Amino acid sequence: MKKEFKHIQAAHCENGVATSLLRYHGLDFATEPLVFGMGSGIFYIHIPFLMINGGPAVSYRTMPGFIFSRAAKLLGLSVTRKKFSNEQRAKEFLDNKIKLGEPVGCQVGVFNLPYFPPEYRFHFNAHNLITFAKEGNEYLVSDPVMEDVTRLTEENMMKVRFAKGPFAPNGHVYYPENIKAVSDETIRRAIVKGIKRASRDMLYIPGPIAGVSGINYTAKHIRKWRDKLGAKKAALYLGQIVRMQEEIGTGGGGFRFIYAAFLEEASKYLSDDRLLKVSDEFTKAGDLWRTSAVQMGRIYKGRLDDQKYYEECADMLNQISAIEKGAFRELKNMTLKY
Amino acid sequence: MKKEEIPQDKSALEKYTRDMLYVKNADGKYTTALSTGWEVKKVALDNAWEDINERVKETALAVKNGEKSPVAYYMELKLMDLTLLSAYTGFWKFNIKRHMKPSVFAKLSDEKLSRYAKAFDITLQELKNFKG
Repeated sequence: MKKEFKHIQAAHCENGVATSLLRYHGLDFATEPLVFGMGSGIFYIHIPFLMINGGPAVSYRTMPGFIFSRAAKLLGLSVTRKKFSNEQRAKEFLDNKIKLGEPVGCQVGVFNLPYFPPEYRFHFNAHNLITFAKEGNEYLVSDPVMEDVTRLTEENMMKVRFAKGPFAPNGHVYYPENIKAVSDETIRRAIVKGIKRASRDMLYIPGPIAGVSGINYTAKHIRKWRDKLGAKKAALYLGQIVRMQEEIGTGGGGFRFIYAAFLEEASKYLSDDRLLKVSDEFTKAGDLWRTSAVQMGRIYKGRLDDQKYYEECADMLNQISAIEKGAFRELKNMTLKY
Repeated sequence: MKKEEIPQDKSALEKYTRDMLYVKNADGKYTTALSTGWEVKKVALDNAWEDINERVKETALAVKNGEKSPVAYYMELKLMDLTLLSAYTGFWKFNIKRHMKPSVFAKLSDEKLSRYAKAFDITLQELKNFKG
């Protein structure tokens, strides 16, 4: 019997694809926050010297692809990934897979995605979607940031799968394998491991640019932008930080809210109320990310040209860093039973 | 963020999709809800586009004045930089910079121009005939 694929909208594309694929394969417990938490998706990094669309390169989550792979591994499944140098072979592989009735995750560039709002079509190559069927020469596509199922022609699909530049997908497709029933104990263990890894990464990753100290690193730069770059460019840079809080979906500190939702679920699985308290800390951090975005907005909207306003933004980031540091410390030191 | 605090501002998402957010419901539990957009993000995006459009305009003028070739113009128009254009065309960045000089551009073979046209997703004629 052919199973029916159900489109799920998510706050973030990679979480969404992973959740949909796991659920399709009968793992109904999978939710976006759970996958995000098990995959230790929460992160922060400000990559120095690298420019994206002429602005600073900051990211609020872990490397593309990591979330699904880590979560699957902890659940005892594996994710098979394939990249191609030959476009024709990439197409055949995908078509064969779909013909067998199996939904497939695809990494794509958004510049040529026709169903995306034009204003969002930058050369951003780490977007994820699922294709699960083909009608004529059109693929049926479940893109987690869209409310409904969409379509892509063969030509469109080829273009987005073979977009070039940073994170070029090279036709990258992926799907889970070795699927078996997952026990509650395995889920609980995956939750605990995911929490421990995230705390370790955020607190102890070496160097000043990543983890909770990475947020302070950005703050330090913001204090210097106005003098160094001039008001116009500094305002654009701030705008970039706000936009990077995610393309479509999530938005201002959105990942912090997903993580807070994850800890709420985790507290139920582990019957541990302490996690609820830490969840509140991440809600606070998420709210403060949004407040900082509003403050940055005041600068780039009204072009407020006073160092004082930049200092206020930077102060907020320092505060966020302190909150997240405290929260991850608590998680790190907590003995969690599974 | 609480559910009732979700911004429902007009944004570029209109007629395409809505943002999904994790928010707290009245009981203080997490749930999801949709948002049509957020002014703060919208203005950031608008500003980014303003900056892009300005650069496109400047480059068009430079082409008109005979200072730059259409390659420079379409690179800006298609939001590319040298690294990206090099990845799409297979030309070295050093050569692309040369191709941006009108005198060098005028002598490029159709084969080379076609590689640019393909990267920019335009016809060879459009590339050749762009006058700024």
